[in-house]
Amino acid sequence: MRVALFVACFNDVLFPRTGEAVASLLTRLGCEVSFTPEQTCCGQMHWSTGYQREAAGLARGFTEVFGPQDVVVTPAASCATTIRDAYPRIAEATADPGLAGAAARLTVYELTEFLVDVLGVTDVGAYFPHRVAYHPTCHSLRALRLGDRPLRLLRAVRGLELAELPAAEECCGFGGAFAMKNSDVSVAMVADKVRHIRQSSADVVCAVDNSCLAHIGGALSRLRGGVRAMHLAEILAATEASR
Amino acid sequence: MTSGPIPLPMPRVLGALGGTGPGEAARPRFATAAREALADTGQRRSLRESMAVLRGRREAATAEAADWEELREAGRAVRDRSLLSLDTHLETLEGAVTDAGGTVHWAADAAEARRIVVGLVRATGRSEVIEVRSPVTREIGLDRALAGAGVDVAETGAADLAVRLAGERPAHFLLPAVHRDPAEIRRTFLRRMPGAPSDLTDDPRELADAARAHLRRRLLSADVAVIGAAFAVAETGTLVMPEGDGGGRMCLTLPETLICVLGIEQVVPCWRDMEILLQLLPRSATGERMSPYVSTWTGVSAQDGPRDLHVVLLDNGRTAALADEVGRAALRCIGCAACLSVCPVYERTGGHAYAAGGSVLSGPIGAIWTPQTRGVRGAAEASLPFASTLCGACGDVCPVKIDIPGILVHLRGKVVQARRHRPVPPPEMAVMRALAWAMGDRRRYEPALRQGVRWARLLSRGGRIRRLPGLLGKWTEARDLPAPPRDPFRVRWRER
Amino acid sequence: MSRERVLRSVRAALGEARGTEVNVPRDYHHRLTGEEAGSRADVVALFSERVADHRATVRHVGADELATTVAAALWAREAKRIVVPDDLPYGWLAQLEGVQALADAGTVDVAVLDAVDGVVTGCAAAVARTGTVVLDGGRAQGRRALTLVPDYHLCVVHADQIVGTVPEAVARLDPYRPLTWISGPAATLDLGLRRVPGVHGPRELEVLVVED
Ligand code: SF4
Repeated sequence: MRVALFVACFNDVLFPRTGEAVASLLTRLGCEVSFTPEQTCCGQMHWSTGYQREAAGLARGFTEVFGPQDVVVTPAASCATTIRDAYPRIAEATADPGLAGAAARLTVYELTEFLVDVLGVTDVGAYFPHRVAYHPTCHSLRALRLGDRPLRLLRAVRGLELAELPAAEECCGFGGAFAMKNSDVSVAMVADKVRHIRQSSADVVCAVDNSCLAHIGGALSRLRGGVRAMHLAEILAATEASR
Repeated sequence: MTSGPIPLPMPRVLGALGGTGPGEAARPRFATAAREALADTGQRRSLRESMAVLRGRREAATAEAADWEELREAGRAVRDRSLLSLDTHLETLEGAVTDAGGTVHWAADAAEARRIVVGLVRATGRSEVIEVRSPVTREIGLDRALAGAGVDVAETGAADLAVRLAGERPAHFLLPAVHRDPAEIRRTFLRRMPGAPSDLTDDPRELADAARAHLRRRLLSADVAVIGAAFAVAETGTLVMPEGDGGGRMCLTLPETLICVLGIEQVVPCWRDMEILLQLLPRSATGERMSPYVSTWTGVSAQDGPRDLHVVLLDNGRTAALADEVGRAALRCIGCAACLSVCPVYERTGGHAYAAGGSVLSGPIGAIWTPQTRGVRGAAEASLPFASTLCGACGDVCPVKIDIPGILVHLRGKVVQARRHRPVPPPEMAVMRALAWAMGDRRRYEPALRQGVRWARLLSRGGRIRRLPGLLGKWTEARDLPAPPRDPFRVRWRER
Repeated sequence: MSRERVLRSVRAALGEARGTEVNVPRDYHHRLTGEEAGSRADVVALFSERVADHRATVRHVGADELATTVAAALWAREAKRIVVPDDLPYGWLAQLEGVQALADAGTVDVAVLDAVDGVVTGCAAAVARTGTVVLDGGRAQGRRALTLVPDYHLCVVHADQIVGTVPEAVARLDPYRPLTWISGPAATLDLGLRRVPGVHGPRELEVLVVED
């Protein structure tokens, strides 16, 4: 199957390994992965911060770049939400029916959706001998409604021990601009998240979105917690051979 | 902007006209107010524990109703039906209340509502009233106005009593003392409540009895009562009031004169709609199958209850919210406060941080209600739509399916839109525009990316960035940022 | 005038959307599901269970035992003086010895209501799913103050008055009458989030279910 990768701008610059992991994982599963360098940003940050006009420009750019692709896969759950849920709203807010139409024609999957629903796999042949806690990010949980797809994938990873994360479904406090505009509250929230991660005695905390992970990982790193934050894709891409 | 061509009616200026009590000081932005709340560790502990209890109760009560999702969808529709023909329903309500022997008054803003109520109380010639505090009576700043008119007000709720005696503002619009544990309430009672038994313990039962004893004489002898209600049924003119402690029943049964203040959005088309709302509200609010008491009454009845019934219908910015096609869904709210107990931001800040201009509603509903009814010109109001991580928990529990996160984002758009007209763009806007411009095209994006990476790597040490300048400095106050690798993904992909 | 001003604002605010008919899907449960209650006896049992959940006392009696049970309940509390609506069926109090029953026709003073040891009434309907009794001021129920001021309320429910759900009750009740839906004794969550009895309504509720 031909798959176009939308890596998401912050992965492009800060977490290129996540993009590489998705590409190698999908290739391993028999997909033909392409990457269009015309891609930039889906417009999420602008839209959710209130910059509707700017978001509309970026959204139009996205639909132009990915319009010709049959299937788009992204490791950024919040970007998948933006494209799926927010594009029609952006189109309405900026009175752009063309954008609405173009958005409706896109087929975009978040990585775990693609694996479980389209490829029909939960055991991707990964090997990752660590104790791992899974943080269900808010967008993946309540907007994409990924349910237990990520957990099913994790449970099938050889060597992996799944740690129970207390209050897992509570927001980490990132929230895009929230982390800056309300940094005190944001930090109070991530402090609780970090405490729960520690209680789980995991060595690795993973999620399906590097934006939340940058927040959690940033707090862990500041506290020198010794727990690594890592995108789920990187765990799924790891094999015995790649050690 | 989504509002399209609909002409914005006058209430845009209501932010200035409306408001709460006379002399309410300007409130700080959410982030500033929140800092104070975050520092109050006692309150934070109480809130955390209480919210967990409320969440648990709500979850159990809604899980038990096998038709919960059908009820929510019906509730959404009933409320939309109310709002989209609001003018008709209000007129029908007025007619029905009048036919049943009541009198309807209309108030465009808080000041007018205060004048009406004070006038009605004066006309009775009494100087004592009893009151069930409700979000609407708090919204109009009634207590202060009555006190100013020389009227002595006794509240019926034990928590309201505790909050007033402690000289505080309620932290929650349904459970005013939820940020205080029984031990703190006991201390307040002992210190400030005349006649409190000296051997009072912090057993909630004893606290309830102490409040009962303190208030009993006033309640039994009152001639005038002021209350809010949950709903008004247009078709029949019926008022509906769920409650726990019976203070509402005291007010609507014993006095001669009953004054009920309602927001115009609280009207519901027909009696039958109560079969939906009376299931949604108690389960969502307190996790009860039904509130201990629900009173419904229509006008005045011979030999039972007040002889005079006055209904005050309040706008105070609601029509401004109604004018917004997206934002108007906020007016569906039935005041259950379920969105508060699931909100991670509310849980850490409590209600006071949301009190822009003295607003009463807090938590997620406050964050979408206040900027709409008061406008977003004030800094405090404009900060509210940003007081959320958009985690979505509120929208998931709302019994009338208000898309709170969606409205928050919509209102952020309004705030930004209002700022576009400033002669000098705020720094954030300049940055956001520059970013959008750079990301709008690969030919600008890639050089910007290269430069950004270089710059960020200069700031990093040992693979992480511990301090960022300017706007981003807020991030590194408590969080590191990983240093970007030398090559972004696109370069690695090309060179693979 | 503000009336016109408010209505004008509403109309202007709604613009073209004004008067849009919204269809209310009513596909929620109107009756109890088979799982909740398969038979009449189950409905009554569910009602009792749910009343008890509210920490009210609930007892089942045959029609012929009603008077004795009422009397026994009052004796157990050492009630000396109670109040009843003046149209309470005489038979309910037939066994009452040593307890004075004031019949209220709407004139008993509030101070007296506050001083009596309890009130005995019937009801207009009851709801099984929520454990609720509803009073509408009709026969054997009296005015609202009667079941509010005394600290103890003994409510007699005939099994055939019990419906399954809130929708059934709403359909059966008359909104033009003053209705009081009572689900357990007065209770507040205000003081520490535990449902504690009080503050103003009767702190004790006892329900007698009369089976025929
Ligand atoms: S917005 Fe919804 S959840 Fe929040 S108080 Fe209103 S009805 Fe309840």
